[in-house]
Amino acid sequence: MAKYITKRVIYMFLSLFLIASFTFVLMKLLPGSPLASAAKLSIEEREVVYEKYGLNDPIPVQYARYMGNLAKGDFGVSFQYKNADVTTLIVKKLKYSAILGAQALIFGTLIGIILGMIAALKQNTVWDYGSTIIAILGISIPSFVFAVLLQYVFSVWLGWLPVGLWEGWKSSILPSIALAMGPIAIAARFIRTEMIEVLSSDYILLAKAKGANWFEIAFKHAFRNALIPLITVLGPVAAGLLTGSLVVEQIFAIPGIGEQFVKSISSNDFAVIMGTTMFFSVFLIVIILIVDILYGVIDPRIRLSGGSK
Amino acid sequence: MKNHKFMWLISIMLVLSVFLAACGDKKEDAGTTEPVKDKEEDKGTTEEPAKEVPQVLNLIEAAEIPSIDSSSSEDAVGFNVLNNIMEGLYRLDQESLPVPAMAEGDPEISEDGLTYTFKIRDAEWSNGTPVTAHDFVYAWQRAINPDTASPYGPYLMAGMVKNATEIGEGKAEIADLGIKAEDDKTLIIELERPVAYFLSLMSFGTFLPLNEEFVTAQGDKYATNSEAMIYNGPFSLADWDGTGNWKYVKNDKYWDADTVKLDEIIVDVVKETSTAVKLYEQGKKDRVTLSAEYAMQYADDPTIINELETAVFYFKMNQVRDGKPTPLANADIRKAIAKGYNKEELADAVLANGSIAANFLVPTEFTFDEDGKDFRDYSKEFSVYNVEEAQESWAKGLKALGTDKVTLEILGGDTENAKKQQEWFKSELERNLPGLTISLKEVPFAVRLELDDTSDYDIQSAGWGPDFQDPISFMELFVTTSPQNKMNYSNPAYDKLIESTKTTYANDPIKRFEVFAEAEKMLLEDDVAIAPNYQRGRMVLMNPAVKGLATHPFGGDYSYKWTYMEAVEK
Repeated sequence: MAKYITKRVIYMFLSLFLIASFTFVLMKLLPGSPLASAAKLSIEEREVVYEKYGLNDPIPVQYARYMGNLAKGDFGVSFQYKNADVTTLIVKKLKYSAILGAQALIFGTLIGIILGMIAALKQNTVWDYGSTIIAILGISIPSFVFAVLLQYVFSVWLGWLPVGLWEGWKSSILPSIALAMGPIAIAARFIRTEMIEVLSSDYILLAKAKGANWFEIAFKHAFRNALIPLITVLGPVAAGLLTGSLVVEQIFAIPGIGEQFVKSISSNDFAVIMGTTMFFSVFLIVIILIVDILYGVIDPRIRLSGGSK
Repeated sequence: MKNHKFMWLISIMLVLSVFLAACGDKKEDAGTTEPVKDKEEDKGTTEEPAKEVPQVLNLIEAAEIPSIDSSSSEDAVGFNVLNNIMEGLYRLDQESLPVPAMAEGDPEISEDGLTYTFKIRDAEWSNGTPVTAHDFVYAWQRAINPDTASPYGPYLMAGMVKNATEIGEGKAEIADLGIKAEDDKTLIIELERPVAYFLSLMSFGTFLPLNEEFVTAQGDKYATNSEAMIYNGPFSLADWDGTGNWKYVKNDKYWDADTVKLDEIIVDVVKETSTAVKLYEQGKKDRVTLSAEYAMQYADDPTIINELETAVFYFKMNQVRDGKPTPLANADIRKAIAKGYNKEELADAVLANGSIAANFLVPTEFTFDEDGKDFRDYSKEFSVYNVEEAQESWAKGLKALGTDKVTLEILGGDTENAKKQQEWFKSELERNLPGLTISLKEVPFAVRLELDDTSDYDIQSAGWGPDFQDPISFMELFVTTSPQNKMNYSNPAYDKLIESTKTTYANDPIKRFEVFAEAEKMLLEDDVAIAPNYQRGRMVLMNPAVKGLATHPFGGDYSYKWTYMEAVEK
């Protein structure tokens, strides 16, 4: 197991290095100036500012300096937020996004699993159709449409929850639910398909023949096996939540990181672009790593084949 | 066995968390909403009319604070915040006229208009240290220092404050900048040329004082959060950690604190207009700026206000592209374009946000003479929509070019609003000018700027917001050497007129305005160098209880110094 994880971690750093380099190149190809007032200044006046931030150096020099700082964990300072340290900036904004993301993921997966199991155990009944419809709606309607809908019903119409702004945990409910629609749909679909498959397999028949009760069959045998494919998609789903949060955060006026990412690109805020990209990459890669390790926990065969090379 | 337990543990935890979440929901509902709501509704609904109204204003900003270090601020939000937490030598009053602020009365101005001697009033920073003339010297020197990389320092000071240009070129020491403190209370500023709008410029963010001791102690951290700053304006900043929302609280150390009535201003960043409007409707926010769609929807709302801004938008018509003259090098073609679309329709139907058609370059309600007479009364209207004249010029132009078909590109932004306008321009111009084909190039702002740098466009939809209160802020854009020109327009007579306002007529305000009027006629009527489109406005919903909120034509957009909440009886 240790060997397997070590190998994965080395790959992880290699991927990050490539992502950082690639982002750097793309960023340098971005047209435009990081100065908000660039339109007002003459080219000479702009040059003075670029000089200070080292933007006039040859690209390889900038690249080497950038990678050097990155290795030390230093993302540099933002242009847009003068003097603001990018790491601090990300950490401050991340708080809100992380709360929304984690709630959406946990809530979404749980509800999805429940819906999927109901659908599988009561296949071809009203329950099944009902949960399938929910799954289809969840996958086909974008989260921001749900966001507006929820906002209208629960805040404007019923007045139960805040329209927007961060006023504590209450403010996180609607955006979390809006974001959870995707995970609900995905989890429900996967669990349903897998459960149906597993339930019709021979060993379930054997378990039934041995007289195992319904509960034991459903949870101990069928559910556990159905979990594997679900865990596979959870990584991408978590990453998907981040992109979904770009718009949802804006609708609910929550000062999260999603919106920051978009803004940094449109304002050519190089340090923040790099910081957020690296952060998202690390996030996704770590999630994938965790998923791989979880495989091993749930299905020991995977770990064996991975580690016995 | 181990795995088995692990899974059960997870399952139980997950199930429990659902219950916990459900319980939390109820508790929070019962616990926190009530007191919050009570407070909010105090202002909106009337419980007891006799009760004193809480002096709390709830505002929305569409963007976060990028920088409020006065040396490096470069955007509307930053300058607006600075205007309310700091105070320069002068401040714009409720009518946007410059009044002495940190300056004790008007300065002594030398005969030639080049030397200003200010007396600094007795005032304190929010940490109790006195505001002195040295604070201004330090701030100005910091803004011109190339190490600071201030975008606005060199841009505003070069050619105006003595030695500013030379410092930028490395030919003079920073200490040579034309600002000296004779003692703590006496500030002497030396200029390169007389500047008619110098006093109003002294309210601008870049010229605000900075306390050297405090700023150097903070180092890189200065102005990165509300604790890392000291204030000498009507309000202090609070609860700002460098990103997101912020608060203003009354600054008790402010010299004119008796005038300030608001105790607190709560600002939240809301980028979605729909969300902002909902917050306004629920009484959580006192003011919201509307986008065009909402402006139409709320047109009959009794609380809607139309505020005219001072930004003017126009077509830059490029005469030389890739070294070759464009069809726009022909004055008749330019004239046909400039008169060939109905600006009233553009403002009322396409923009529908309170903007007005512009038949001028220097905006209306922006600059005034000593008697308060608007500059627009000195000048006339140009490039007024007129299809017959446009078509006549068009035919003449085509004949001179020896063709009957012309294709022109309009370069513009890629926002929804910009695209809508460009589509409209295309259909309007193609319909009115036979033989004209317009191709649209819609690009992000940064790309447009690069294309502008290399004059790589035919017609560019551009705009300008002034940084100081003088017609020259606009008129200077199109002199031959201006970095804003970039459309290969050059008229030595025009350049000379503009120059004369800085030299010959610098100390004669009336004559200056007349010269600007003459120059505007040359630019828009004789040369038709640009085609003005509209002066931007904004539609705002504002709680009628809010009184005395001052809006300004440049620098910080608003002053809350005189704002207060009035009891409203329904």
